[in-house]
Amino acid sequence: MHISEGVLSAPVLVAGVAMAAAGVSVGLKKMDYERIPQVAVLSSAFFVASLIHVPIGPSNAHLILNGINGLLLGWLCFPSILVALALQALLFQFGGITVLGINTVNMALPGLICYYLFSRLVNRERGFISLGAAFACGLVAVFLSGILVALSLLFTEESFMSVAKLIVLAHLPVMIIEGIITLFCVAFLKRVKPELLGGIHEKGS
Amino acid sequence: MIEEHFSTGESFVHGLDPRIKIIVAILFSVVVAVSSSFLALIPALVVSVLLVALTRLSTRKVFYRLLLVNGLILFLWLLLPFTFKGETLFTIGPLAGTKEGIWYASRITIKCNTILLTMIALLATIPIFTLGHAMDKLYFPDKIIHLFLFTYRYIHVIFQEYHRLINAMRIRGFIPHTNLHTYRSYAYLVGMLLVKSYDRAERVHRAMLCRGFDRKYYTLSRFSIKIGDIVYLSLMLAAILGLVVLQWRLII
Repeated sequence: MHISEGVLSAPVLVAGVAMAAAGVSVGLKKMDYERIPQVAVLSSAFFVASLIHVPIGPSNAHLILNGINGLLLGWLCFPSILVALALQALLFQFGGITVLGINTVNMALPGLICYYLFSRLVNRERGFISLGAAFACGLVAVFLSGILVALSLLFTEESFMSVAKLIVLAHLPVMIIEGIITLFCVAFLKRVKPELLGGIHEKGS
Repeated sequence: MIEEHFSTGESFVHGLDPRIKIIVAILFSVVVAVSSSFLALIPALVVSVLLVALTRLSTRKVFYRLLLVNGLILFLWLLLPFTFKGETLFTIGPLAGTKEGIWYASRITIKCNTILLTMIALLATIPIFTLGHAMDKLYFPDKIIHLFLFTYRYIHVIFQEYHRLINAMRIRGFIPHTNLHTYRSYAYLVGMLLVKSYDRAERVHRAMLCRGFDRKYYTLSRFSIKIGDIVYLSLMLAAILGLVVLQWRLII
């Protein structure tokens, strides 16, 4: 969920840039040069995956996948999402320069939180716990993103209350879909490529 | 699908030094984003329209882009006038539209479109690879530029991969509906994209090592500041300063 240009107030934008800068710099520090190709190719995969529209009843929604992004990349999800958003802004003019910071935080911070909450559980042997954690990971990440978007609006202007509520409501069906997709995706990766789930960020030197 | 619609052209703006364009775009957008007075915002909108006019891009394409993004703004127009507290201006049945809401919605509309037009005029007219090199010259962090350029490079490859997979699904009679089967298929599609990307990354990395990758990104592009760049920069700085004066004279 992008916040468009021109909606948010200066303090919110500045806070967004500061938090994004902190997250991205930690991410960059944890990312060796050797790992740049991996992170980049996965970022492009997430970029392409976010172009997929899945049907929800009569409507459809595009995938966000910040839960699984956090799960795979840990802190590196900050630079990964920043770059993906910058490319979206440049190629499609979705979002822009001044909201890049806050949008990065709204997407990447939930991914990071989910990484800390669920990464261990997802990597458990027991299928049931692992899949439950995967579902929760997809769901919680989108839910937190919705909450962060709503908070960004509320900190800008209290009269945004009803808009913020609507946005959280609109996130509810997407949350469930993301949970399901994350669940199946993790189940698939566990069978096909378990080392991907082990965390790219922990490997190597 | 994924194309740089505006990056090629023969206009004066396309020929400007990308570093200048990046600096101007950032400064201008930031000033517009923090402005609130219509006295500053309306001239800013006029300036951004002029900037786009200078690029001689197809009006239809630019308009189409604006239309897509303004869908969200329309949503705000439907909500804000009725949810803002303030002086009632008109009523539709039980709904009361407030003056403050309308002002707020118009302010957002102008700001959003101004920044968008500036982005199209200044940043979208730089090819992405050149943009990366220009960011390098402007001392952006090394790793982020590597990541940016690599990601852009592989978006196309992975998009093709995606197309192959989705075509294979369609040939086998996949029709998306709201059901578990659809979501599972899409999840496997995403999973497959991630697996293929991971394998590809390994190959890319090895290929880079074979070619002597030493953590630097060498570029052949040389940028040079010409008279046109200086004129453009000065005019834009003057315009930005003008906006700052218009905006903050009202506050102080």
